[in-house]
Amino acid sequence: MTAPLLDIRDLRLGVAAGRTVTHPLLKGVSFQIMPGEAYGLVGESGSGKSVTSLAVMGLLKKPLAVSGGEILFKGQNLLSLPKREMRRLRGNRITMIFQEPMTALNPLSTVGRQIAEMFVLHQGKSWDEAHKLAVEALANVRVPNPERRAKNFPHQMSGGLRQRVMIAMALACNPDLLIADEPTTALDVTVQAEVLRLIKELCAARGTAVLFISHDLGVIASICQRVGVMYGGCLVEENETRALFDNPRHDYTRGLLGALPRLGSRSEHGRQRLVDIDSIIADRSKLTETRFIAPRVVEGGQL
Amino acid sequence: MTQPLLQVDDLHVRFPIAGGGLLGTGKRMLHAVNGISFSLAKGECLSIVGESGCGKSTTALSILGLQEPTEGAIRYRGQPLNGPGAPGRMQRAKAVQMVFQDPYASLNPRQSVRTSLAAPLRLHGITAASEIEGRIEAMLKNVGLTPEQAKRYPHEFSGGQRQRIGIARALILEPEIVVLDEPVSALDVSIRAQIINLLLDLQEKLGLSYIMISHDLSVVEHMSDRVLVMFFGEVVEEGGWRQIFEAPTHPYTRRLIAAIPDPDVALKPVGRQDERAEMPLLAGRRFVSDGRASPDVFTPPAPSELVEIGANHKVRLAMA
Repeated sequence: MTAPLLDIRDLRLGVAAGRTVTHPLLKGVSFQIMPGEAYGLVGESGSGKSVTSLAVMGLLKKPLAVSGGEILFKGQNLLSLPKREMRRLRGNRITMIFQEPMTALNPLSTVGRQIAEMFVLHQGKSWDEAHKLAVEALANVRVPNPERRAKNFPHQMSGGLRQRVMIAMALACNPDLLIADEPTTALDVTVQAEVLRLIKELCAARGTAVLFISHDLGVIASICQRVGVMYGGCLVEENETRALFDNPRHDYTRGLLGALPRLGSRSEHGRQRLVDIDSIIADRSKLTETRFIAPRVVEGGQL
Repeated sequence: MTQPLLQVDDLHVRFPIAGGGLLGTGKRMLHAVNGISFSLAKGECLSIVGESGCGKSTTALSILGLQEPTEGAIRYRGQPLNGPGAPGRMQRAKAVQMVFQDPYASLNPRQSVRTSLAAPLRLHGITAASEIEGRIEAMLKNVGLTPEQAKRYPHEFSGGQRQRIGIARALILEPEIVVLDEPVSALDVSIRAQIINLLLDLQEKLGLSYIMISHDLSVVEHMSDRVLVMFFGEVVEEGGWRQIFEAPTHPYTRRLIAAIPDPDVALKPVGRQDERAEMPLLAGRRFVSDGRASPDVFTPPAPSELVEIGANHKVRLAMA
């Protein structure tokens, strides 16, 4: 069996006051991502999916602090890595794309220069060489007229194009892990479909593993092989995507799937009311005390 | 045939774009809405779908009277809602109301729920404190809140509760038509389901007609009776929800539906129908656009017409 690329073990973090954590945001989250695998974290606002990704990137800001657990990347604990080493990994071996491409790009610099910077910083290329590679990178993410577009500033591009630029930057150094935090939420559906296809194809071609974070179950299903469902700082269920959608076992997952209007279900079943999660789960605060359901839990295991 | 509740005929909205020569000569016009016609029946939910910039919100604003149309007529129960002879804002407010997308931005943070809901009643001449109280209480119950919550301020509510307040405010004057502008897209999945259910319940209970603007097609399929698909200011396809979702005809409609990230479709062993598949020609006629390239919004589009291809199912084809 191959070793996991990313192995998060019992990660705990929260709002720190001095040495104690007062408000826990992650209450012991563990999951693994294999090399080349696309893993999805799905959950509602405040479930802890974004802080998980920030912790992996080493981008937690005060007053947030990790209070326990390990984040092993290729066997190396990122939490105990010196800042210098972490900077070398970030943007090179582990990269990230964000929800809002406008705020993630530097408005004062051309997109070509911003992509070229990746090659200069991480691969020691000269600026001339890096600019050529940047144009190539833009062509790879299927930006039309890459030479001309490289000279554009972010505000001269549409949201879909900016997100492509982000992807080009993130994949510039052929990272081992790409973290995508709601990368298509701000986009129109047809543009979203194109960007998703791009992420999927490019990562598959390069063998890049993806940690995909979204509240949208449909998006997760179209891109990930395995999914973890988060609620209240805990992973409540994890399974292969097909199995999770076909046979959700945790009450919360069941509620989440039932709350989703499905295409074609009205043709089959008529217009029904959607499932109200609060009618399945009387007390949401008890949810995180229920047992984590991993795929290995035997069928029919009681919650 | 009964008179439709709302009738929109050949609606055009153009915006002048800065630039051009001296004295405004050569000023360019942006055609935001380009000859849209539709009707809305009592108790019906009509959805307008399309991507950002296709003119769906401009159409809605025209109906609400917040954007004067350049051309065209909007009639409510046969009476004109725009142009000369249009009723004032006060009458219009009793006919059409709106629920906004963002429940955080659309409520005044300094007004308690009671103040927000009482203001329109007072403006419309309902001044008896007991009646105001009674109507606010009944409305809050209708939207799933408790009368005690009336004294609270928006920041004390969650996103879903705020959207309930937004709905209560839209309904307090008992309008017949409610424009829903992306009513659930700012909400979390579980809250979204609750608000969708609430909107459907209210529609049945109060006999409301909805005009829903959305780009979330799974919500549209769930809620609508009829659907208008807009592309760059024009309706490219119109039909009942079944026709639009089970037999989409225009290439743009097909693209939109194919783009929905739906777990069932994504996980089906057989991939969804290829959106690029060859389109059948309709009686030897072709589509003006395939919905891929953006047309030039400054020039009038190529001549085309909406052609009826089935019962109440229309699609835009190039002029024969």
